[in-house]
Amino acid sequence: MTQSTAGVEHDSTPAGTPRRARRFEPFRGITFAASVLVLLILGAIAVFLIIKAIPSLSHDKKNFFTTKSWSPDADPPVFGIAVLVYGTVLSSVLALVLAVPVALGVAIFVVEYAPRRLATWLGYLIDMLATVPSVVYGLWGLLFLVPHIRGFQHFLATTFGWIPIFADPNNRTSVASRSIFVASIVLAIMVLPVIAAIAREVLRQVDPSLKEAALALGATRWEMVRTALLPPSCPGIIGGIMLGLGRALGETIAIALVLGTSFAVSLHVLQPGGNTIAANIANYFGEAGDTGRSALIATGLVLFVMTLGVNLIARTVIYRSAVKQGGLR
Amino acid sequence: MSAASAMAGPGAAATSQVWKLRGRRAIVNRLMTGAMYLAFLVAVIPLALVIWYTVGKGLTRFSWSFLTHSMAGVGPNDVTGGIYHAITGTVEQLLIAAAISVPLGLLVAIYLNEYGAKGFSTVVRLLVDVMTGIPSIVAGLFVLAFWVLGLHEGYSGFAGSMALSILMLPVVTRSSEEMLRLVPNSLREAGYALGIPKWRVIISVILPAARTGITTGIMLAVARVTGETAPLLLTAAGTLFVNNNPFHGQQEALPLYVFSSAAGGTPADVNRAWSAALTLILMVVLLYVIARLLTRRDATRR
Repeated sequence: MTQSTAGVEHDSTPAGTPRRARRFEPFRGITFAASVLVLLILGAIAVFLIIKAIPSLSHDKKNFFTTKSWSPDADPPVFGIAVLVYGTVLSSVLALVLAVPVALGVAIFVVEYAPRRLATWLGYLIDMLATVPSVVYGLWGLLFLVPHIRGFQHFLATTFGWIPIFADPNNRTSVASRSIFVASIVLAIMVLPVIAAIAREVLRQVDPSLKEAALALGATRWEMVRTALLPPSCPGIIGGIMLGLGRALGETIAIALVLGTSFAVSLHVLQPGGNTIAANIANYFGEAGDTGRSALIATGLVLFVMTLGVNLIARTVIYRSAVKQGGLR
Repeated sequence: MSAASAMAGPGAAATSQVWKLRGRRAIVNRLMTGAMYLAFLVAVIPLALVIWYTVGKGLTRFSWSFLTHSMAGVGPNDVTGGIYHAITGTVEQLLIAAAISVPLGLLVAIYLNEYGAKGFSTVVRLLVDVMTGIPSIVAGLFVLAFWVLGLHEGYSGFAGSMALSILMLPVVTRSSEEMLRLVPNSLREAGYALGIPKWRVIISVILPAARTGITTGIMLAVARVTGETAPLLLTAAGTLFVNNNPFHGQQEALPLYVFSSAAGGTPADVNRAWSAALTLILMVVLLYVIARLLTRRDATRR
């Protein structure tokens, strides 16, 4: 496209002027500078996080990656990220386990099953889930979900307690519990619209002749979805799930409100306790001193690297599948 | 036979065909149809619950006085107090964030769509997309490390705006780029044919043509960051008092108010949190409705 416009520019301007007209492009320089600035901002985020993380890391008396306690403002400072990374990954993975099947179902429903006239509006309805601010989800999770889900958590613990993660030693789920499980449900609600939106776009890009061919061979609608719709959209959907994972890893306020402050590794997701990198920053920041703030920045750096990796993989996967299908950008 | 009728129409014809199928395939098909409807229902239930609960709880304290009073001199158990200081803070922070990210995002979008060299554009585009995925708390930590602690500027509404603008920038850039791409090439060529320099064509032909779409994208980006709490917690830091100077001193914001009230925990605090959450949702919905109306008006005009 840019090539063709350049050609037009050259041909249509009278002789003598085109060179000057083309050379005088300060605007090109300005827009280029803006693009470079964006890259610089991304680089600056990494650089400043590293600079401000170093003081606390050099004071830390224990190994930053394996220590399971958090007292950076004590003397000597002792803190580590093990508990936080564990809680972050566990809650995000659990959230994906809950959200992915529903999100895929919603996307397939909107693209294939919903009445055509309503489909767009039903899609908007799901998008609305993404418009509710995370602090409102946190408030709702803390004041509605935690008390109302008590019975269900207790049921899970008593019925499926033989599965290690649902085990409930000391019977602590009989009272309302601010557990990783509740946090994961809130996270699942928040990542669902992200995954559903990408999956919907990817499913829409599938060549209709594939679907028609499947139906023409006598496939039922579900068989058409399974054999013609899902296989070509698989890479794009995986990309969408990765984006959802990135969102779940970085979610802060909702988790901070639901979980509160605690610093223990527990495999039992139904019991109270658990913490994530982001939630710990929000909850601990108010009382943190100089070393404490620097330590929080160090954990933020780890979160930044984690989400950057996940997002890079996700985007690359989506780009590849888009190139293959020649549509979605 | 079944193939012919299934081809004819994926709607009524296909459904009636399904009923004639027998055995395992028909059962699986009906189960999966049910599962799809169920998935949609499961996704809508939390939305309904959140909105129903927020509206129900939020209306108890929602009043004119709640909107026009700050928290100055209000104790945790007093049933007075309001969100005036939070609303002014949020509006100022959003306007400044938009003032930073909109021009910058537009320039990048123009570069990507009108000038960009292929390789460099791909890199920029990928990194802008990756930026969309930066957790909001990391944006807050960056401004904290760079501005608040690094340059010793201290907490302020402006610091919060910078964090918000980092979150807005990729959204503005990508949506504006999509809109610029939709401008037909014939418009560009008509401009060049008249001998107008490229920068002039961009400013007076292409941007006006894409104006509505770009505005919609900006509104959506603003709506997206309106509810951001985490970055403001680390940069604007919140206060109980009215502070109309975004460049000096801690400033309250609506999402921060919800967070600190919810964490406060007394019944009066919790009631205020619900009412502020309701105000926040109304603000976000208002921005979305404006954005959708703009798109719609544009669609009918064409």
